[in-house]
Amino acid sequence: MEDLKILVIDEDPVRAAILKEGLGDAGHLRVEWIADTSDLYMRITALDPDVVLIDLENPNRDVLEEMFQVSREVKRPIAMFVDQSDTAMITASVDAGVSAYIVDGLKKERIKSILDMTISRFNAFSRLQTELDEAKTQLEDRKTIDRAKGILMKQKGISEDEAYTLLRKNAMNQKKKIAEVAASLVSAAELLS
Amino acid sequence: MTDPQDLTPVRAGFIPLVDCAILVAAKEKGFAAEHGIDLQLKKEVSWANIRDRMNIGLLDVAHMLAGMPIAQSLGVSHITVPTIAPMTLGVGGNAITVSHTLYKELQETPEGLGTPRAAAQALRHVVERRRRENLEPLSFGQVFPFSCHNYQLRYWMASAGIDPDRDVRLVVIPPPYMVKSLAAGQVDGFCVGEPWNIQAADDGVGVILTRPTEFWPHGPEKVLGMQEDWAEAHPETLAKLLHALDAAANWIDDQNHHGELAKILAKPEYLGVSESVIEQALGGDLEFYHGGAIRAEADHALWLYAQMVRWGQTPLAKEAEDIVCKTFRPDLLNAALGADSATEQADTPEPLDGIAFRSDDVPGYIAAITIKK
Repeated sequence: MEDLKILVIDEDPVRAAILKEGLGDAGHLRVEWIADTSDLYMRITALDPDVVLIDLENPNRDVLEEMFQVSREVKRPIAMFVDQSDTAMITASVDAGVSAYIVDGLKKERIKSILDMTISRFNAFSRLQTELDEAKTQLEDRKTIDRAKGILMKQKGISEDEAYTLLRKNAMNQKKKIAEVAASLVSAAELLS
Repeated sequence: MTDPQDLTPVRAGFIPLVDCAILVAAKEKGFAAEHGIDLQLKKEVSWANIRDRMNIGLLDVAHMLAGMPIAQSLGVSHITVPTIAPMTLGVGGNAITVSHTLYKELQETPEGLGTPRAAAQALRHVVERRRRENLEPLSFGQVFPFSCHNYQLRYWMASAGIDPDRDVRLVVIPPPYMVKSLAAGQVDGFCVGEPWNIQAADDGVGVILTRPTEFWPHGPEKVLGMQEDWAEAHPETLAKLLHALDAAANWIDDQNHHGELAKILAKPEYLGVSESVIEQALGGDLEFYHGGAIRAEADHALWLYAQMVRWGQTPLAKEAEDIVCKTFRPDLLNAALGADSATEQADTPEPLDGIAFRSDDVPGYIAAITIKK
């Protein structure tokens, strides 16, 4: 069975690398990635892909739609909606944030493994992103709380533990997060200094 | 104020363009809530996303290019999903903008540029000269295969004898990239909706050459699209929604509200461009309510269908015409608003090429045209 040519269009290099690796593990070695879509038409013509995967946040999807509608040079892959039978998979892919264009006539089983892999890698990437964002926020929060404690210790001549207890008490009274109270304190101190 | 929990949720997709204003005003100015609707606006980056999210039921209604419900209902290059448009969300607001270089070349032709017809003739001179000099054909950007921009640009060019598939290059460019592409010389001109023409002029990147409303004053540009199944399953919600959108359109029509509306639309969650550019666009040829602007008529749909046939997107067929006639649904708007149920005679574009469009004879119109696919 001839190996399928897969084109990944994604502005995020990390996500594209994760996807490429996953497809490679599944035995798909002819995977190309393009991030910059400035000369999309020429590159697609040259590549002549069987499957095109594009992230849904990419406005260039509309460029693909036109290209596949009018072009005589490329094989005219069509959006995967054409096969209405697999709504669950289509919903899963839209949820994951990816869309596929597939050359007509490809066997469904061959497409399924590619899509399953793409969906799982896109989902894994977004979990990673969420975790990273959370870690960043936590780090920022800790820095702010440390600065607020420093201000309280200096102004009120209290210990670090007492400063923290004071922040926490205030946060509970105001029904806010400690980091929020700390941030207000820090910005107030900046204003007064 | 009604408790938000008592409101019926309606998920509406939109593309950040000035003509998403009715949806935004309906939400932000409380018209939706007043009519019992919790309007949840979802910003999308491509028309393809709008179509797909609606097709799998993640969107109930959407801001759509007028040609999209027709293409969906006919299954052009995609699956067939009966899609209807009970109202228009905007008329006008498109322009054909060209680079300064091309504008200068157009000015050097013997044609004046004062009317769309003259400007098209001037373009023909430039196209012919470039061919004689073996220069690359000119490139023009538009936004989607089933967009009015595509059809208006082609109609305008063809009226002067320019074959848009042979004499120039037409490419799709997402609206937010349009100005950048013109500045980078990737295209020589484009047809796009506001705010991007005014933005190009403001940035000193291009010159607004002509506006399609000069030859088609009342053609629908964007419509409120939805699956026919959704409309049939939710008649009360639809009626409430149409009431809310009608009120929002009426509010927008008052020029005294343009400043406030521009401020809302300028927010990053909507357009994210400058207020002054949006206010200029609102003061231009865009219409939302006045003169029956919210009505989407069968004749409008038939003209768009005729262009799809003309440019080889779909074959000519009587059955297709019947489907097209049921795509734009002024009857649903009338039923909701209790308006006069008589369908008005809708205007179709001025025959720039001398060939009048007759909605009762689409085959005759197609046969009379010489430039087509």
